[in-house]
Amino acid sequence: MNIAELQAYGYFALTIFMVVILYSYIYHLYSKKKNADGCDYENYSNMALKDDVTDTPVSAISDDKEK
Amino acid sequence: MENRPLEYDYTVAKMFMLTTILTGIVGMLIGVILAFELAFPGINTILGDGLAEYTNFSRLRPLHTDAVIFGFTLSGVFATWYYVGQRVLKVSMAESGFLMFIGKLHFTLYVVGVIAVIVSLLAGVTTSKEYAEFEWPIDIAIVVVWVLWGMSIFGLIGIRREKSLYISVWYYIATFLGIAMLYLFNNMEIPTMLAASPAGETGFGAWYHSVSMYSGTNDALVQWWYGHNAVAFGFTVPIVAMIYYFLPKESGQAIYSYKLSLLSFWGLMFVYLWAGGHHLLFSTVPDWVQTMGSIFSVVLILPSWGSAINMLLTMKGEWQQVAASPLIKFMVLASTFYMFSTLEGPIQAIKSVNAIAHFTDWIVGHVHDGVLGWVGFMIMAALFHMAPRVFKRELYSKSLMATQFWIQTLGVVLYFTSMWIAGITQGMMWRAHDEFGNLAYSFIDTVTVLHPYYTIRGVGGLLYLVGFLMFAYNIYKTMTSGRRVEENELQSASPMGA
Repeated sequence: MNIAELQAYGYFALTIFMVVILYSYIYHLYSKKKNADGCDYENYSNMALKDDVTDTPVSAISDDKEK
Repeated sequence: MENRPLEYDYTVAKMFMLTTILTGIVGMLIGVILAFELAFPGINTILGDGLAEYTNFSRLRPLHTDAVIFGFTLSGVFATWYYVGQRVLKVSMAESGFLMFIGKLHFTLYVVGVIAVIVSLLAGVTTSKEYAEFEWPIDIAIVVVWVLWGMSIFGLIGIRREKSLYISVWYYIATFLGIAMLYLFNNMEIPTMLAASPAGETGFGAWYHSVSMYSGTNDALVQWWYGHNAVAFGFTVPIVAMIYYFLPKESGQAIYSYKLSLLSFWGLMFVYLWAGGHHLLFSTVPDWVQTMGSIFSVVLILPSWGSAINMLLTMKGEWQQVAASPLIKFMVLASTFYMFSTLEGPIQAIKSVNAIAHFTDWIVGHVHDGVLGWVGFMIMAALFHMAPRVFKRELYSKSLMATQFWIQTLGVVLYFTSMWIAGITQGMMWRAHDEFGNLAYSFIDTVTVLHPYYTIRGVGGLLYLVGFLMFAYNIYKTMTSGRRVEENELQSASPMGA
């Protein structure tokens, strides 16, 4: 097998790998809210909409800071 | 501790708002002068032969590009970071004396850097690398400024209350990391005073002169990897950060799809870095680099349009706001121009199109519908949104904003349409030949034909500058004489005076 063939196989494998990564990520985004501890990613929009310093964080980093 | 309720502290944001406006005026004014110098070459020596050194096109050109890139745009990025960062992380800079000190130091050193750049470029001291003209002492200062900004970003993230990072913060982090990497690698240079000739001579040139560590084709490759990604991480990524915060906030609408914003983010990060080769089509770089540059440029349409469509769909069912609010108009037109220039760029990166477009004014037109329509509009919209909140005053004049919007939109349209026609005319004339392969036109023939379009471009640029002065005046009047407003008026749509 010469270098050009190796490159071609490598290129093909990399493309398949990237496609798998991409679709896995999309699947992760949609499936996470169905888990027990899951959250709906769309809720994160509220980080901008409710951003007063007195607003309750969408997901607080700790309880004592939330107060 | 004092008993006052906690508030966001916009001191540093206000400082950078000031430099955004000042460097914007300077950069755009020089741009307009340059445009008229191209149309009417006599302006190159308008102050007489003695001062021609300082007024000619080649001396002023890097001042224009660097003032609008590293002055106007970067100041806008910093100003919005010091505003948005606190709000989406729900932590005030007033809570950390250290971060406040770093923020003020960041601003102070940035201003010193800007002054050093203006003086050195006006004096003709340059490395001659496009968009990387600064000599090594200034490069080192810029690295320090950048590290300080990084400390601000990660310091604020470190003391945040909000566990997750809002999508805009991702984009600001990407801006920080991207530019850091690009700037360091492209500006690798050796001061000439350290050089030695085979004969043993040392100490060449002035102390501030340097030569790049790369040469020839390698230099071109690194330069355009830098140059194109300066567009990516200076003109795209931080501006997307802004629109993801300011458009939902001003319109009161949640982002159409937060998931799409994440997907577009990773798409943009992965694809953008490979596209720079399209600046070197038909040059001495390897053919596969050129093909890769073309292909990745076309693929880049997907993540770019992912963000832009996401913004337009955020306005779904709320389009009456576009008619009612000039501030929303600016942002909707900005995302439209983003779609437009991210379609135009890939088209120009296709080899057969590039054969006509390369080195012509069409490229200049493309850059400007991106920076005037997308970057400029978005930064001005961001400052318009911030002004009532940082000054606790109503925006001075809504009608002035609306007038500014239409004047500048007309300016952008005149700019890019004239450059389309000029660029394609130029490209066709350069290629035209008779049946023996002799060129049909000499260079001066193209110059003569292009004169009207150069004049139209100058007028377009002038209209944009006039609009920018109206913007500066509006912000100034907001700061000094706008009606005072209460916190509850600032929830979503910005309060505007007649």
